[in-house]
Amino acid sequence: MSEHHLKTPLTDADVEKLAIGDVVYLTGTIYTGRDAAHKRLADSLDKGEALPFDLKGALIYYVGPSPAPPGRPIGAAGPTTSYRMDSFAPRLYGLGLKATIGKGKRSQEVKDAMVKHKAVYLGATGGAGALLSQRIKAAKVIAYEDLGPEAIRELSVEDFPLLVINDCRGGELYVQPDLASALA
Amino acid sequence: MRTIAASYIIEKVADMCIRANRELPADVLAAFARRQAEETGPAAKEIFRQLLENAALAAETGLPLCQDCGLAVFFVELGEDVKIEGMGLRQAINEGMVKGYKDGYLRKSSCDPFTRKNTGDNSPAIIHFDVVPGDKLKISMMAKGGGSENMSRATMFAPAQGWKGIKEFVVTRVAEAGPNPCPPVIVGVGIGGNFELAAINSKKVLLRELGDTHPDPAVAKLEEELFTAINRLGVGPMGLGGATTCLAVKILVAPCHLASLPLAVNIQCHSARHKEVVL
Repeated sequence: MSEHHLKTPLTDADVEKLAIGDVVYLTGTIYTGRDAAHKRLADSLDKGEALPFDLKGALIYYVGPSPAPPGRPIGAAGPTTSYRMDSFAPRLYGLGLKATIGKGKRSQEVKDAMVKHKAVYLGATGGAGALLSQRIKAAKVIAYEDLGPEAIRELSVEDFPLLVINDCRGGELYVQPDLASALA
Repeated sequence: MRTIAASYIIEKVADMCIRANRELPADVLAAFARRQAEETGPAAKEIFRQLLENAALAAETGLPLCQDCGLAVFFVELGEDVKIEGMGLRQAINEGMVKGYKDGYLRKSSCDPFTRKNTGDNSPAIIHFDVVPGDKLKISMMAKGGGSENMSRATMFAPAQGWKGIKEFVVTRVAEAGPNPCPPVIVGVGIGGNFELAAINSKKVLLRELGDTHPDPAVAKLEEELFTAINRLGVGPMGLGGATTCLAVKILVAPCHLASLPLAVNIQCHSARHKEVVL
């Protein structure tokens, strides 16, 4: 398991280097998006409209941050559970998205899309919202402001700590639960 | 008859909402530290290290522990000899919650189920009232996140399915939830009652101290059995593998209908945020 310091946007070469269990420290620009924002992105694509940010080489962080207190760019900002965005992710990977960031399992369709389009799924530690907030240096809403915590934000991150959960070769880091032993 | 001013309740509830979201209970922090020492794998140890650092940072900076500050759930025991002055108790608790979530820069996560439009102030608070003898008012508040709540389930078993069925259901639920609800989790189990009581009990029992022992030795043994089984799953902290899939299992039992065996499993993430106040 190696450690990588990556800058955004990500290239195919960046993604190919990553294997499950690798630690990634990410610096650059990432975009937030969760349930309601993904619905709107999909609606825009259906209508042939431009998206609020360029998907090529981009990373989407599944997060709905808490409000920024005075003097801080953002509140707590840990990952939300990713499976709720599974129905949208393959299409976005197909359009150039290189990584999604969240927590929890992805569907087989999402894993297949990562292999097909050379992309990854990165895990951030769930429930560590105050800790992860320290690595976010700036935040601004760039779309869907009416969605409040679900609006799309552009985040500037420095050494944002991530773990490779699914790589572009079909690997998966999460442990398969041993139900047989548990119920024996 | 003792009188409590609604304005006092509003202040207290606002304060407990803010503090619950910034300060993990001492028993949860102690469990993190103990389990960090006991885990042998580097990934599991590292998650506990991050969670302890996160808790220290939240206390230091005033940021919430988790961006999902939850729906605000209250369990209220109102003494029969208490009168609330100024407004209704439900309204006072809701106003206190709204104030706390605003003043504490906490995320408002309540929305319309169809339009998904945010209510804007985290209202309405979800309040379970009980009336008890005496002249005290006890309010317990939980900040319950959506990720762990989504992994919770309720079912109506046939009586013949018994303990074996219950155990299989609970352990399988935690296994299927895997990394999604932010393990290590705390598992609340409501057994008996009826459809809604099992669910409410499965949440209410999460207010118990992590390290306490059920007063009924028979139920304590069942809690231990589930705890051991769940931790044999190997899911581990954040699903990365390890000996700690759950920090505790708590069971609340109630009598049920001859025809039924109601069962509910409420999963609580490791950020087990709750506060109690007695007025």
